[in-house]
Amino acid sequence: MTTGLSAGLGLKPQHYAEARAAPADGLWFEVHPENYMVDGGPRLAWLETIRHRHPISLHGVGLSLAADAEPDTSHLRRFAALVERIEPALVSEHLAWSTWRGVYRPDLLPFPRTNEALERLVDNVDRAQRALSRRIAIENPSHYLHIDGHDYDEIAFLAELARRSGCGLLLDVNNVFVSARNLGFDPEAYVDAFPVECVDEVHLAGHSADPSLGEALLIDSHDAPVSPAVWSLYERLIARIGPRPTLIERDDNIPAFETLQLERRRAEAVLRAPARQAA
Amino acid sequence: MTAIASASGRLRAFQDSFADALVVPGGMVDGFADAPREIARLVAQPGFAVYRNTVLKGCIDALQANYPAVSRLVGDEWFRAAAEIYARANLPRHPTMLDYGLDFAAFLADFEPAAELPYLAGVSRLDRFWTEAHIACDEAPVAAAALAHLATAELAHTVLRPHAAARWAWFDGAPIVTIWKRNRLTEGVVRDVCDAVPDLDWRAEGVLISRPQGKVEWTALPKAGYAFLDACAAGGTLADAASTALDADPQADLAALMALTLDAGAFGCLSVHTSDLEESAR
Repeated sequence: MTTGLSAGLGLKPQHYAEARAAPADGLWFEVHPENYMVDGGPRLAWLETIRHRHPISLHGVGLSLAADAEPDTSHLRRFAALVERIEPALVSEHLAWSTWRGVYRPDLLPFPRTNEALERLVDNVDRAQRALSRRIAIENPSHYLHIDGHDYDEIAFLAELARRSGCGLLLDVNNVFVSARNLGFDPEAYVDAFPVECVDEVHLAGHSADPSLGEALLIDSHDAPVSPAVWSLYERLIARIGPRPTLIERDDNIPAFETLQLERRRAEAVLRAPARQAA
Repeated sequence: MTAIASASGRLRAFQDSFADALVVPGGMVDGFADAPREIARLVAQPGFAVYRNTVLKGCIDALQANYPAVSRLVGDEWFRAAAEIYARANLPRHPTMLDYGLDFAAFLADFEPAAELPYLAGVSRLDRFWTEAHIACDEAPVAAAALAHLATAELAHTVLRPHAAARWAWFDGAPIVTIWKRNRLTEGVVRDVCDAVPDLDWRAEGVLISRPQGKVEWTALPKAGYAFLDACAAGGTLADAASTALDADPQADLAALMALTLDAGAFGCLSVHTSDLEESAR
């Protein structure tokens, strides 16, 4: 999937005016569609204004694709209406569940990656893609738990999901780093094995150490700059797979717009570096 | 796409138990003893607390974003403690968190620690009205000029439907609107309502919250105006609405009331009930 996008930023309401005024030098913005599923008003108007100048990516957190239930049809309808209105360059969701039996839990919850779960996800991703009339990319979440009974490792699971549903993948490099620390695997091996051809988008974000357990438990908090270790993993990834649309995510402790632009320019520099050909 | 074949029900059982263990209503996070062994092994890991904290933080942050004047009035610590109690008992029903906490005002009205803050439920109602005005559908407000060319007989049979973004409230005996306004606007922490509003005049107040130029604004509304808008919302003609307004306050200045509501963009649609006109002409 080629979108021609380079590096983008998560769009925060406090940065609307600067986002609109920023040079259209390949800058793109990502938002959570759930925050814009409204009937009208200034919020949607801002997004449409910014969209006239910069491409937009819709990154869903509420479809609950890994729940053992079909995605909520009214939520999908509102998502589809927003897709039609905004004409986003990219649409993505997560390999996780959040809504279950009519209750939404604002998190990206884990599950055993079994054959049964794969069947359900293939079906749910297919439903979402048909409702939105487009391919979506599915993101690897951050992990905090050792779960028994996986039939697949995460990469094999995602690759099979992509093959069977036709979806793309969103590789969150910070999530790889956080999960590798928390579950005890090698983040470089993970990034090296990720299926190149499916990666529609890459995410970079900051993490923090657990307040009581320290560095032994990292939290995907999106409240800090991208860490040096995550930048290294990212450089390694891009050297192998070539440039992909890359987002700097920041959801808490939000700094000045220009500070985020500096991180974005760093990602752009990595994307412009000549690719080291994969062996 | 074929239907899901041979679902073993394991995913379903996992999600049922995981969801139950995630948010325990009383907040006794360590007392969760009924989980199946598979889930108990997850709950025992330090990482399980990350999910518990994230879910609660997501709910509390959303409530704080949706009720900023309440939060400023009671302070961060008090608000987040109350929001946690609310969230444990009332998790969101769907992922559009702008709609989370629709009954937070009712919760606060019955919340014992808030008993000495009787204005809190009213302030939370106005915070909710602000959000509703902010996200309501777009429509051009009826301009005063649209009424200018109507004959007096037509005016009496005119129906003005309130704008999708218009909300109005009347509070007997308490300056809820002043308290709310000051806490929507003021930066910094306030200790109590008297710090927030030092010159507070303890009297009844009304407000019209609307979106005349695409941005949420508020206007002081007299008691007659509140009755007038209620009558319009019920589908009454201007004649009905005017008489309702005069019932509420026999001294009401109807021309000023019309000007105030039209200026605030309170109406989304104007129609003249011609059948009523013909009826009265006969």
